[in-house]
Amino acid sequence: MDEKMLEIKDLSVEYTTDEEVVKAVNRVSLSLGRGETIGLVGETGAGKTTLALTLMRLLPKVSGRVTGGQILFDGQDLLQLPEPEMRTIRGEKISMIFQDPMTSLNPVLTVGDQIGEALDLHMELTKEEKEQRIDEILRLVGIDENRKKDYPHQFSGGMKQRVVIAMALACEPELLLADEPTTALDVTIQAQILNMMQDLKHKISTSIILITHDLGIVAEICDKVAIMYAGEIIEYGTAADIYESKDRHPYTVGLFGSIPNLEVESRRLNPIDGLMPDPTALPQGCKFHPRCPRCMEICKTVQPPECVDGSHMIRCHLFNREQPSE
Amino acid sequence: MPDKKVLLETKHLKKFFHTPGGELHAVDDVSIQIPQGETLGVVGESGCGKSTLGRTILRLLEPTSGEVIYDGQDILKASKNDMRRLRTRMQIIFQDPYASLNPRMTVSETIAQPMLVNGICSKKDVEKRVMELMDTVGLAARLYNAYPHELDGGRRQRIGIARALSLDPQFIVCDEPVSALDVSIQAQILNLLMDLQEERGLTYMFITHNLSVVKHISNEIMVMYLGQCIEKADSKELFRSPLHPYTQALLDAIPLPRLAHGGEKPRQSIKGEIVSPIDPAPGCRFAPRCPKATAKCTQRDVPLRSISDNHQVACVLFDE
Repeated sequence: MDEKMLEIKDLSVEYTTDEEVVKAVNRVSLSLGRGETIGLVGETGAGKTTLALTLMRLLPKVSGRVTGGQILFDGQDLLQLPEPEMRTIRGEKISMIFQDPMTSLNPVLTVGDQIGEALDLHMELTKEEKEQRIDEILRLVGIDENRKKDYPHQFSGGMKQRVVIAMALACEPELLLADEPTTALDVTIQAQILNMMQDLKHKISTSIILITHDLGIVAEICDKVAIMYAGEIIEYGTAADIYESKDRHPYTVGLFGSIPNLEVESRRLNPIDGLMPDPTALPQGCKFHPRCPRCMEICKTVQPPECVDGSHMIRCHLFNREQPSE
Repeated sequence: MPDKKVLLETKHLKKFFHTPGGELHAVDDVSIQIPQGETLGVVGESGCGKSTLGRTILRLLEPTSGEVIYDGQDILKASKNDMRRLRTRMQIIFQDPYASLNPRMTVSETIAQPMLVNGICSKKDVEKRVMELMDTVGLAARLYNAYPHELDGGRRQRIGIARALSLDPQFIVCDEPVSALDVSIQAQILNLLMDLQEERGLTYMFITHNLSVVKHISNEIMVMYLGQCIEKADSKELFRSPLHPYTQALLDAIPLPRLAHGGEKPRQSIKGEIVSPIDPAPGCRFAPRCPKATAKCTQRDVPLRSISDNHQVACVLFDE
């Protein structure tokens, strides 16, 4: 019985303003099983946060629109659910950790109260049960339970992020969306948080979608990886596929190449030329072609197909076995 | 072979802040020497004092005690007029490309401002100079009248760099100039900074918490913890042989972009949180979190000791 817990099928999301249409997510499909962690990797503007917000149905009401596709969670299409039902899922079955812990905590509520909010909304607990649960979850994230009456400003950045994680885990969600959870943190605190997330994976089998641009973090805790570019998933596979396969999308190769490598001596870094395309004016054909060192004629006009080899998908004409690539 | 001239030197530099709770030791007895044309990387985590060090050296904050010697001159004794002249030689690139630009000034106005304020360029010549600077940092000419909010982080940071270069400085404090940027933009900006250094013989103090970045750009690296320098070494040497337990933990904590296949031992994360920099107790400030701490560590202050020509460390493990 391997029914996927989460299946995103052909999802497209736009933002519309008076002047233009921003195509933020373009026909994205991915799936996640129970207890799996997938890294959603991409640079600013790739559409990762939009994807996460769409999953939670938290797009800005006025400008954000889903223009196609389905999000099947435990078999149910979240996009079709009435808002009251979605509210029972948000915070309870699917939780989100936002990027900047400094700004996602309410400064006038104690930490215990903020964790308690999720419990009040979603679970029927007695006062004692609630307090016990709060203590338990604080212990889980490595915070002394005596600090539950403290306010956010009394905690450091790393501790605040643990509080945010505690809030997200209070109701033991099936799926956790973590949007750059360690970007704002120092590297030694990041290491603590990553160790903790590994621990959580084992203790409560939460599935995690980890949004990040850091390929080091992905290597540490992700089972699967999806690389996003200009609103599309251009490569997808297991961690071994992405880190060790000799076949990789030129963008992925570029991403790896632009990281300063601690283990190798080199004078200059190898950034990818140019910038991600403006989502109001996406190029024809392959969205990456203007920056691609291996661009061919066909790339300029024809959207590349998904080229699949086992668990590994690459959206690139170079790997298209149906046609000769020259 | 003649030694390179030391362009910037600090001697026992201290910067303390008064707080209701006591004295906050932000920078506590830091002595450095940066030869002309080279880069000193200053590494450490939030609250270690690295940004405060950079600003104190430029007298954006007045030091509490110690000396800052720029090109042989003690700048702490300099008059206001002298400082104004000196500041054209010493510039800063800020960390936050969103907060460090005036949102109501165009790209060209921002880059031109230092030149106009310092009277080194007339209004009619400034346009040419701005265009040259934009070209140097890779900003397209069509962005001349653009506002910061129309541009991405990478381009905004280039404006900050153009502005820092506009007075043709010799020394630039780069305060986390790429931390807010995507990985491939970081690489572009780092390459630009390194090229400029080679072309113009610039001297940098490069402040960052990102060890991979600092290795690339620095000749020498200083590791700071709670206001103190706890290790200082030639860049390659520091990575080859980190001595202080904190430096080792810092290096260990970096997630590497490759898969471990179970053969590698799980890393030791440093336990606990940083202690308060207010009225710190004598002895090593890292001791409460150090896996190798002993009673000796907190008995008295631990000075920086030379282990070799190009490596110094402040740790009782290396006392003779």
